[in-house]
Amino acid sequence: MLGPALLLFAGFVLLPFLMSVAFSFTNVKLLQADPVEWVGLDNYTRMFALKVVKAPPAADEVETQIPSRQWRRLKRAQPQEFEGYQYLARVSMGERAYLIGARDPQFLRSVANTFLFAVLVVPMQTLLALAMALWVNRSFRGRVLLRTVFFSPVVTSMVVVAAIWGLLLHTDVGVVNQVLRALYGADAPQPDWLGDPHIAMLSIAFMSAWQGAGFQMLIFLSGLQGISIDQYEAADVMGASRWQKFIYITLPGLRRTLVFVLVSTTIMAFGLFTQVDVLTGGGPRDATSTVIFHAVRTGFREQDIAYGSAMTLVFFVFVLLLSLGQKKLMARVGR
Amino acid sequence: MRVLPIVMSLAASMAAGAPVDIKIWRHETDDSEMKSSAASVERFNRKQSQYRVVTETLPQGSYQQAVVAAAMTHKLPCVLDLDQPTVPNFAWAGHIQALAGPLRPAGADALIPGGRSTYKGNLYAVGQFDVALALFARKSVLEKHGVRMATLGQPYTAAEFRDILRKLKREGYAYPLDLNMQLNGEWLAYAFSPWLQSAGTDLIDRKTFTVVDGVLNSDAAVSVVDYFRSLFEERLASRKPLDDQSFPSGRAAFHYSGSWTARLYRQKFGDDLVALAPPAFGAQPRIGAGSWQWAVASSCPHPEGARMLLEHLISPQEIAAFADATGLMPTSEAAADSTMLYRKGAFGRTFFDAARALAVVRPETPGYPMISSAFERALKEAREGVDSAEALDRAVEAIQQDLRRNRNYGF
Repeated sequence: MLGPALLLFAGFVLLPFLMSVAFSFTNVKLLQADPVEWVGLDNYTRMFALKVVKAPPAADEVETQIPSRQWRRLKRAQPQEFEGYQYLARVSMGERAYLIGARDPQFLRSVANTFLFAVLVVPMQTLLALAMALWVNRSFRGRVLLRTVFFSPVVTSMVVVAAIWGLLLHTDVGVVNQVLRALYGADAPQPDWLGDPHIAMLSIAFMSAWQGAGFQMLIFLSGLQGISIDQYEAADVMGASRWQKFIYITLPGLRRTLVFVLVSTTIMAFGLFTQVDVLTGGGPRDATSTVIFHAVRTGFREQDIAYGSAMTLVFFVFVLLLSLGQKKLMARVGR
Repeated sequence: MRVLPIVMSLAASMAAGAPVDIKIWRHETDDSEMKSSAASVERFNRKQSQYRVVTETLPQGSYQQAVVAAAMTHKLPCVLDLDQPTVPNFAWAGHIQALAGPLRPAGADALIPGGRSTYKGNLYAVGQFDVALALFARKSVLEKHGVRMATLGQPYTAAEFRDILRKLKREGYAYPLDLNMQLNGEWLAYAFSPWLQSAGTDLIDRKTFTVVDGVLNSDAAVSVVDYFRSLFEERLASRKPLDDQSFPSGRAAFHYSGSWTARLYRQKFGDDLVALAPPAFGAQPRIGAGSWQWAVASSCPHPEGARMLLEHLISPQEIAAFADATGLMPTSEAAADSTMLYRKGAFGRTFFDAARALAVVRPETPGYPMISSAFERALKEAREGVDSAEALDRAVEAIQQDLRRNRNYGF
């Protein structure tokens, strides 16, 4: 009975996984002309290799404003020394300043971005889902309709959702900025929602929360069903306010559901790819490039499948640790 | 050794009396091009009785992958069309053969540079058409705002052009220039590497094809990219246009685009439309060259027939017929002179003259695909505000890593 399922699992999950493990230690390209070579851990060191040098005094006005030009000057002076390293950041600690270079600065930025996205989207999506669940859990006319409306983004293709939000958020003609103009007149702020490196990830997080919250709403709804009516009735008898009922009955009753939702949303958040691919292509200035996006771009579009495999393996180990942590947490909360 | 199969195939075809099939591949493009190509093949099949050309059409989106896959599994057809910048890559991998010796098609010398692909001094592909870059504008609009019209002899200098754009912006254009920024992929390298060449630098050192550092990130290149960046920073061009209708709808005063849009714009604006030379960053402007061309697979069993087909395709009559049917720019002067759109004094002649005077083919190296994508990324980063030097340094690093990994592609 397990036969066909195991066969499929082996063919489409296990085999590709083992292949990517093997690939990650070689220099194989997607289309290979030369013989494949064993490169050891090179793909892994490439991800994390850093080079720190003391920042020289700025040579001119430009360098004080653009620290990467300092790095450029050093690299020009000693090409051998800096070979393979690109500028990542400038860090100053009190009097001393350092320039940091990395072999793959975009990977490190992608890791940071992935965490940033998770930090932004998880609370947003969870709160939104909880609010929607509480709303449609009450009995009123049209609540089934409302539930359907809330759930509909989940069943809509992410590519479609992203494309539509791309139009809504367009800096010149998007509805969002038009609303701002209508409210605050011609001088209204007109942010470039997806083109400004400071807010692009926030925009994507907001859109993702909106798209995905319907699913968590369902989980919360089932959690709410599990809370006995008796508790609320008892609270009514004792004259508890609505807020008190929420804090002392609903929230504790949803404790396990909440933990599950938080952890599963976090894991999903780490896999961010589609929205970035459709809306920003990793830009502006790498501000929305995530680990998966970087791996796909490197592995398939730049045909460096070995390095792409290595990145996804690191990502896999990370998510594995995260879900092990979840199991521990669940076990403790559940007691 | 190559003569032997030719003789054998000749002998075989003569003995049998029936024409020998020659398989060719073509990527699918718009209707007029497909029909014109089919008619051309039909004329070839009727003209002689030794060979019969059988065309297979493949979808454009996955054409490149299909060709690569076929090459890896030795299933390439005899003759196929390839995009010019990818030709050296296939030549390097040994999938297509040099059009030299008995295989050299007569008439190849009459083609403009954009109609030929060479790699390491050998001809590898020939093309019936090319496209040219131009700055589209409308006479009436330029006159209204008191802007002079650039000519081939006196193009706008880069600084002058930016001042014109600033003036137009002050006079009401939200984004006076459309740079086709909704396009991805090859457009960026095709359209903006000529700016580097105009400024006296390039994507890669063409003497050795192994040095990028100090060329693509030279001071001249940094200032070109600074200029490119400023166009978006000052909102003279849109980072992300909503559609490709800015120019025809009158929202933009200039459109930097290819000759392929001329037909549509001519229909809309008639004689009001002008195609100006792009801005010059140095002594003169430059434009890109090289489009889809025909190559012969190394595994082709009937090279003699392939040569005859190529000769037929690049004959002035066939080039002219294709140009008349599609509006695309012919690749030889004799052909241009006999078309309505490109003969002397006609509207399209501007493109043809510009192509001959200003065109630079993209670097003919197997590493071009990586160069193009790295440069594209650098331009996109600059567009979003990254320091030009940092963006170009990063591109240089990526290209050099690729060169190292491929042992300089045999250069």
